[in-house]
Amino acid sequence: MGLLSDPNRRRALIGMLTRLNAPICMICYMAGVAWFMGLAFEPFTLRTYMSENAMGSTMVEERFPAGERALATGREFAAHKKKTGGMPVDWLVRTMQARGLEVYTQRFSRKLPFPDEDKERYMVKGTNVYGILRAPRAPRTEALVLSAPCSPGNENNQAVGLLLGLAQYFRSQIYWAKDIIFLVNEHDLIGMQAWLEGYHHTNTTGMDWSPLQGRGGSIQAALSLELSSDVVTSLDLVLEGLNGQLPNLDLANLFYAFCQKIGVLCTTQGKLPRNDWDTTSGYSHAVQTMMLMVLKQASSRPWGDHGLFLRYHIEAASIKGVNSFRQYKTDATTVGRLLEGMYRKLNNLLERLHQSYFFYLMPSLTRFVSIGYYMPAFGLLALILLLRALDLWVQLSSPPTRTTEDGVEVVPASPGVLSILTPLVISHLTGVALYTLPVLSQELAVEHFPVSETEAVVLTAIAIYTAGLALPHNTHRLLAGEGTEQGWKVLKLVAVLYLAVLLGCTALINFSLGFILALTLVPLAAFITPHVPKTLSAVVMVILSPGLTLLFAVFFFQELQETPVTLQEGWMLYLSVISQGILDHALYGSLLYPLAALLVYPCWLLFWNILFWK
Amino acid sequence: MARHCTVKIFVLLSLFNLSFLVSTNNIEDKAGQFFNSGHTNNWAVLVCTSRFWFNYRHVANTLSVYRSVKRLGIPDSRIVLMLADDMACNHRNPKPATVFSHKNMELNVYGDDVEVDYRGYEVTVENFLRVLTGRLPASTPRSKRLLSDDRSNILIYLTGHGGNGFLKFQDSEEISNVELADAFEQMWQKRRYNELLFIIDTCQGASMYERFYSPNLMALASSQVGEDSLSHQPDLAIGVHLMDRYTFYLLEFLEDIHPSSTTNMNQLFKVCPKSQCVSTPGHRTDLFLRDPGRVLITDFFGSVRKVEITMETINLSSPMEPLPERILSEDRQRETQYYVDQLPVSGIIHQVNTRTHARTRTHARTRTHARTRTRTRTHTHPPPHCSGTRSYYKVHQLRHSADSDLHTSPLSFSLEKFFHLRTFLKSPTLALVLKQQKEPH
Repeated sequence: MGLLSDPNRRRALIGMLTRLNAPICMICYMAGVAWFMGLAFEPFTLRTYMSENAMGSTMVEERFPAGERALATGREFAAHKKKTGGMPVDWLVRTMQARGLEVYTQRFSRKLPFPDEDKERYMVKGTNVYGILRAPRAPRTEALVLSAPCSPGNENNQAVGLLLGLAQYFRSQIYWAKDIIFLVNEHDLIGMQAWLEGYHHTNTTGMDWSPLQGRGGSIQAALSLELSSDVVTSLDLVLEGLNGQLPNLDLANLFYAFCQKIGVLCTTQGKLPRNDWDTTSGYSHAVQTMMLMVLKQASSRPWGDHGLFLRYHIEAASIKGVNSFRQYKTDATTVGRLLEGMYRKLNNLLERLHQSYFFYLMPSLTRFVSIGYYMPAFGLLALILLLRALDLWVQLSSPPTRTTEDGVEVVPASPGVLSILTPLVISHLTGVALYTLPVLSQELAVEHFPVSETEAVVLTAIAIYTAGLALPHNTHRLLAGEGTEQGWKVLKLVAVLYLAVLLGCTALINFSLGFILALTLVPLAAFITPHVPKTLSAVVMVILSPGLTLLFAVFFFQELQETPVTLQEGWMLYLSVISQGILDHALYGSLLYPLAALLVYPCWLLFWNILFWK
Repeated sequence: MARHCTVKIFVLLSLFNLSFLVSTNNIEDKAGQFFNSGHTNNWAVLVCTSRFWFNYRHVANTLSVYRSVKRLGIPDSRIVLMLADDMACNHRNPKPATVFSHKNMELNVYGDDVEVDYRGYEVTVENFLRVLTGRLPASTPRSKRLLSDDRSNILIYLTGHGGNGFLKFQDSEEISNVELADAFEQMWQKRRYNELLFIIDTCQGASMYERFYSPNLMALASSQVGEDSLSHQPDLAIGVHLMDRYTFYLLEFLEDIHPSSTTNMNQLFKVCPKSQCVSTPGHRTDLFLRDPGRVLITDFFGSVRKVEITMETINLSSPMEPLPERILSEDRQRETQYYVDQLPVSGIIHQVNTRTHARTRTHARTRTHARTRTRTRTHTHPPPHCSGTRSYYKVHQLRHSADSDLHTSPLSFSLEKFFHLRTFLKSPTLALVLKQQKEPH
């Protein structure tokens, strides 16, 4: 620390940092982006490996024989589902009881804040059915969950059939050390939310549900099964959960290990692992896989029914059966054996999965990047903010004295608190309006405009967002009069530090979201002053604003998924993504919408304010 | 019919006599071997230090050694079995109440009758050391104690997860090689063993015996420093590895041993060569006084009684020298003073080497007297094949030094004599010899 405590050296260091500020910032930005792109390069990543001793290897004999019978049960389920026009509760209860499970049901109902047009639901009423297979020789202290959704239409019938088939097979085994709960949930995540809240005696979202009559022990791990065809070509592993939470990497390792053993094609993000990392196409394949994961994680929504388990620190993943045009097909027996192997190994767990990573990115199913490797990419971007803040601080602490005509040196007055506070408060009030008004004013909007409730909410949100651009600039003049040179510098210092803290916290919780926001907001925060060309800068700022970032992300995501959309479709998708985001927040407590509305958007407005400082 | 039987018996008897006559020629040689090992009783301390289902193999290791020593005659009362987990009753065991050592389910090492002395959380470093050194609370039942004396041969078998210089106990604590070496030294000083065989099956097992400094220790380990000991017998039905390589082959070796086997320690050292074990098993014999080639496996793994029925009269011509009564009574009065110097801690710390040698000598001397005296009773002259061996030569040398001690410290010598006499009288071997001697007369 001698460097900083010695005033001469400190001055020299600070002098260098301020003089070379712009080049250093440029280098940092480029290095950050390059680092991030390097994460998908195979020599920089690690091969996945099983860390949990208790699971060890795939040393297990899978003997599940009854795939065909499971599919028959699935067809029976489909018929009953069609007959009842929803969840065939009675049939499920009877069937599960016949398989020797302790069966319970849970009713739930939920009124959405506004109709969900994607899934066509508003007033949701449903029933979850679950059966508990008690561990024959163990105390009822721990449990595993296998769930399958009861979806509308012809979806996921095979998943329910396989679940019941596995229940029957598991029942006849004596080696279970944990209760196994077989859950069929209705209305996908809403039912799952009701069941999990009921199981854990919590109620975070004000939902109505009947209390659970039977419980197992504390849930150690859960798998959610999605299977809509009798044969599959590959199985896709979905990890991303609510708020970008991921299950312990060992769960992914376990899945991959059994795929290898049993010989099933396995993917993550729908992409097979490839070995040709040294070719351009191999590298771009890895980048695509990783970017898909980053975008999904940044969206903060659960990407499968497993997503809500993660909130309760239950390691969970969804396994989706994919039936594409490949030659090689896998039958239900094989999928059942894979699940049997996984449950047999999970059964061996002595503690929750904790040996492997919780924070990681996967450029393929066999490779991972841990937090220690990806954080520097974000750190380099965040460093820019700190350097800018240091620069501003130095400028403010040694104000350039102006000599007036009389030869009297005038030290510019330091700006009043109000001139800084006013833009802060006003931009945050705009944020609060963006957060609250769309849902509150939907009825008003529906009365006055020819739109549906959902459209009303989304369009109100966009309107408030756009209005914010016009409103807050020069707000400081309301109270403090003419803005001074010192004034915007102080405001920018505050805004830059605010952004640094905000992004830092976000990246710690959800790296992908933090990184994407940093990628767009940091350059803007670095260069904005009142003295840059107004029009051009304004255009750049709007392009880099959080709202448009989301729009680009939607297009980019579709592009990566190899389902490119036209502008029109993209726009419709964008509107639905906004409505889903608001719904996810209301239903499951996803934090993206409040974070964007209450913190990121106001922060961006502060910079907008600086641009138009007078 | 009855007559037929009588004829048969007669023939058998005559055959028996014939074979007996043949064997009488070397009966004196046999009598020489009779007192080859100085022990009169056998003990075993078998420890599995790891719990949890995935460490099934460690429990199976320990149980397989338990099975062997029990089969070879050490009773449960002389086995201290410490198992940190109960695999037979684990919920995950698809075959309840069994612990298998072999993936084709040939051998259930759990057997019908297992007496576990320390189980679960009782298996701690403290309890292990207390058992070894005998410093257990007064309330401890006899079955949980190592009630050995200075005529006991003790087998100590450890298995678990270890590293360079330590062995983990239950993921929460570990015993270091220095602690273990000191514990053995305490045992030696407390005269708790005659000879001790130490076997450890763990990663870097050789590091555990490299600090030993007490006499009469022989040690084996499954791997050298820097090597991992590996598991064996992966079983898909049970879902775990059933055994570790070293103990697997050790068990295979022990299964061929029976109480009258003459297999010796050199053959034990060859168990599980690197081609089978992957790791390199190690052994240490420099602290051991006898030639390992003359040490029977059953000296440690079995409890073989020194009984040979003979119809022949063996001429033990020189009777035991009676000790002067006067000295005996004098010693008895001073007996308590002797034990003051029982654990000279400073001596252990500062003069490890010198003390070790001194002690070795003393002890050897102790045995020398007992043995030579027995011999002189058995034979007028030491049998030639014995005098040629290293151990016997050593014994002689030590005996001379003991005689020279007589002049320098008469008190200690007489005390020693007293102790010899005591152990001598106590020893069941002698009692049997005496008994045998009486019977033919």
